[in-house]
Amino acid sequence: MQFSEAWLKSLVDPKLPTAELGHLLTMAGLEVEALEPAAPAFTRVVVAEILSAEKHPNADRLQVCQVNVGEAAPLTIVCGAANARAGLKTACARVGARLPGDFQVKQAKVRNVESFGMLCSAKELGLSAEAAGILELPAEAPVGTTLRDWLDLDDHLITLKLTPNRGDCLSVLGIAREVAALTGTALEGVDCSAVAAQVADTHPVVIEHEAGCPRYVGRVIRGIDPKAASPAWMVRRLERCGLRAIHPVVDVTNYVLLELGQPMHGFDLARLRGPIRARLARSGDKLELLNGEVMEPDADALLIADDSGPLALAGIMGGVGSGVTEATADVFLEAAHFTPAAIAGRARRHGLSTDSSHRFERGVDPELPHFAMQRATRLILDICGGQCGPLVESGPGTAAKAPVDFRPARARKILGFDLDDGAMLGILARLGMSVGTEGASVRVQAPSHRFDISREVDLIEEVARVHGYDAIPAVALRGDHAMLPAGEGERSVAELKKLLVARGYQENITYSFTSEELDRDFRSQGEILPLLNPIASQMGVMRGSLLGGLVQSLRHNLNHGQERLRIFEAGRAFIGAGAEDQPQRIAALAYGACRPEQWGEKARPVDFFDLRADLDALLHPRAAAYGPGSHPALHPGQCAEVWLGGAAIGWIGSLHPRLTQKYGFAKAPVLFEIDLRPLLEQGAPRYQGLARFPAVRRDLAVLVDAALPLGEIEAALRDAKPALVADFACFDVYQGQGVEHGKKSLAFKMLLQHTEKTLTDSEIEAAVAGVLELLALRFNATLRG
Amino acid sequence: MNLDEILKEAEREFAAAGSLPVLDQVKARYLGKSGAITEQMKGLGALPPEERKAAGARINQVKDQVEALLKARREALQAAELEKQLAAESLDVTLPGRGEGMGGLHPVTRTLARIEQLFASIGFAVADGPEIETDFYNFTALNIPENHPARAMHDTFYLDGGHLLRTHTSPVQVHYMQKHQPPIRIIAPGRVYRCDSDVTHTPMFHQVEGLWVDESVSFADLKGVLADFMGRFFERDQLPVRFRPSFFPFTEPSAEMDIGCVICEGAGCRVCSHTGWLEVLGCGMVHPNVFGHVGIDGERYQGFAFGLGVERLAMLRYGVDDLRLFFENDARFLKQFA
Repeated sequence: MQFSEAWLKSLVDPKLPTAELGHLLTMAGLEVEALEPAAPAFTRVVVAEILSAEKHPNADRLQVCQVNVGEAAPLTIVCGAANARAGLKTACARVGARLPGDFQVKQAKVRNVESFGMLCSAKELGLSAEAAGILELPAEAPVGTTLRDWLDLDDHLITLKLTPNRGDCLSVLGIAREVAALTGTALEGVDCSAVAAQVADTHPVVIEHEAGCPRYVGRVIRGIDPKAASPAWMVRRLERCGLRAIHPVVDVTNYVLLELGQPMHGFDLARLRGPIRARLARSGDKLELLNGEVMEPDADALLIADDSGPLALAGIMGGVGSGVTEATADVFLEAAHFTPAAIAGRARRHGLSTDSSHRFERGVDPELPHFAMQRATRLILDICGGQCGPLVESGPGTAAKAPVDFRPARARKILGFDLDDGAMLGILARLGMSVGTEGASVRVQAPSHRFDISREVDLIEEVARVHGYDAIPAVALRGDHAMLPAGEGERSVAELKKLLVARGYQENITYSFTSEELDRDFRSQGEILPLLNPIASQMGVMRGSLLGGLVQSLRHNLNHGQERLRIFEAGRAFIGAGAEDQPQRIAALAYGACRPEQWGEKARPVDFFDLRADLDALLHPRAAAYGPGSHPALHPGQCAEVWLGGAAIGWIGSLHPRLTQKYGFAKAPVLFEIDLRPLLEQGAPRYQGLARFPAVRRDLAVLVDAALPLGEIEAALRDAKPALVADFACFDVYQGQGVEHGKKSLAFKMLLQHTEKTLTDSEIEAAVAGVLELLALRFNATLRG
Repeated sequence: MNLDEILKEAEREFAAAGSLPVLDQVKARYLGKSGAITEQMKGLGALPPEERKAAGARINQVKDQVEALLKARREALQAAELEKQLAAESLDVTLPGRGEGMGGLHPVTRTLARIEQLFASIGFAVADGPEIETDFYNFTALNIPENHPARAMHDTFYLDGGHLLRTHTSPVQVHYMQKHQPPIRIIAPGRVYRCDSDVTHTPMFHQVEGLWVDESVSFADLKGVLADFMGRFFERDQLPVRFRPSFFPFTEPSAEMDIGCVICEGAGCRVCSHTGWLEVLGCGMVHPNVFGHVGIDGERYQGFAFGLGVERLAMLRYGVDDLRLFFENDARFLKQFA
């Protein structure tokens, strides 16, 4: 809401400098979003009258003017404006004047004619961006008066960013009430006294939807002067609140809207057909709005209609067919109360936001229509003449809100301060509330314009606000806290991230939404989850996998000069919309050289097993099982499903060649994506006795089918638990010369140990033979000679 | 050779031996089985008994001298050899180390970790909730009924089936309070979504929600905790703060919290729009209607909630001037926060 400081001060003047007034409003919850002077600074500019304008003897386009500035002798001023003419009232900058842009007016010789000042355009005074000539002031402008005073330019435009609960402050009067309460300054009333009927004419009104329109105040005004114009003071106030002058009747309704907060509408009485009806829309209803749009209102839209059909979208916007025009002689004025429930959401649905809908959505004082009608009648009669009929009020009206019980002790407990009862009740009284004691609590009746007050906490907030949040102490934390539980077997996501960081990975955060095409490439579970109102198609669906974002990040960084990248992201993948279908995942991608480019080691590209070591490190000390897996985005021969504690927790693999080509990578990046939850459970350590007898190492090389996964051998040994074998690990895989085609040689180291004695050679040989036998039986393995 | 000559010759030959193996060969010539000194010893028996003692003493004296010479020469040669080895083994210690380098955390994660750490130190646990939400959790339970103008402040992304992307982390309050009775002290960090994208808005960003509910947690506690937090976060003992009345449907009284501009120290700059103040979070006392929706007795319990924008704090803290950089994942940007 933008308003003029001068207008506000005409209603309440706390004698505060503008900046302090702004601070007062901001700290009371009426946030000042902008505060700017109505006009830039300038000095020594006065209202002047051109007495004569003669052509300059030495210049075709200049005139030499004699200008009356209210002194005994006129001034000679050379002027280049085409509209400079005898009899014109305009603005004259005297010698010594400072104009915007740090321009100083001096006595000067213009083509040999001495000039004693400067006639100014609106642009030169900073009053408008463009100007066709010098300022044209009305004939009644008093010569010699300072222009700033005459045009009231020492004013400020204040824009408030009001919260939706303060609909009562969407008017100059509403803000003035706040300022009066905050500063204890007297509030000037607005003259809303009754204007007696001068003619008997009325126009019938039928309210068919009382829930949405509990009150409709109407009045006929006959015989207005079609040539009347709105007075300069009103036009200026409208402009300073951001509205243009249109027609005196429209200007008055706009003025009352700004002044009191009551939206009004003026109909051309001659264009009404039958009674005014406040009703819901019906099928077939059509309405051409003032903005030119022809719309078919939804069934829940409240309309103002007559026998010919809809006239206005109630409380939102009028139609073209019934409004006042330059030809209007008789006016029917509307001041109605529409409830927020009947208006809210409708304007937005039609892409409309008007001064009227903005107010009705937030709520308007239900008692205001009567007073607004009196105020508007008086202004129209003053400006346009005419004669008014009686004021006709229809509808049941709105029941007064129930009083609210207020417990001062409760307010002290919620707010944590010790303001006494009297001070609190004083604040409520200053806000126009009537306060009556009722036992331990106080019965408070809010005025009709504070329709937002409906429960005790609303009053507590008002007390805090007017007393000042700054005046409530900031209390240091009291020490009665229990320690947070901290399971040793659990770790945080932060620890996992730090582990990857230590292994060279840079964290990424990518958008949770992506393009449908990317999602199709990477999603391995669930259906595509489209947004109904995406910002752009590349952000059109929720991601089913974190891998796509990492691949896009790789693409971006390769385009920006990176050659090697190790990145990860932790976040949710969206398998479905239910709370259980949004698992937290952690995903990583490695691309380029295995190590940063350096002098000391032979370079080789990063591969599956480099990444697997990183994943194993994340899981440590638990060990995952890896089995051949399939994932739409991963190479079918280089993809493993990862299992932990009997549950599949994710995938690791190389990007599928099809996608490697599609996303333009020279080599396939390697990636993994793992559920985060299982990684957070690590288990606490548990001591086991140390073996007191030495372990013996035996190495064993066997030939098996080339296609046999090592994991199957490991699993078989884990399950069989062969006697004395304390550890078993593969340290070499070989295929080629010396090994039959279709076979591979696997070399293992075995640690053999007994907990209670030193092993003898024969015991060792027996243990090795046992393992060999197992491998031969299960995998047809033979000892490599 | 007489003993003097042997001594002189040994001294000369030891000095001439340029390596330990040569020195050992030379040593044999004097102290070996048929070395010159050994031969002298053998010759003792031929001497008359009365001369043997003196001659023996004389030979032993020379032998000691030869051995001393040998030891000195051996040590000199060993020292020279070590010198040579050390010289040969010297490295260019200015070459960089081998192996993997360090990665880094995202600046948003850094900021979140800092926030979590500060609140953990006063007993706030971390809570979590889904990002695809229902209308009930995102709006209704937070006292934002259908068609409420406050909904217009949240540009919501919708999905099929009445689902939506949470517009704030406040729904976590509702989930948590449905499952736990007071005392409650949590923060809920996470991603939130609004249908808005321009220079100062990204359609996804991060918030941290905070909630403290107990029997007498007051607005004065709210001011104390949040002022303390901001001072600690920006590491300033005297960070100016102010609380302005505001409106959120799920708190009352509600406030916006401003801090003195940490860029210009309040003098006025572009970042603070020349006001000297930065709006950093919204907060307030939990609204009785929210307690009603989650089944907590609002007469017995009271408390405060707040929500802050993580990217905004990260930008202020690290001097980042473009919000969109956080989600481009450009390595040149991210590595600055390692």
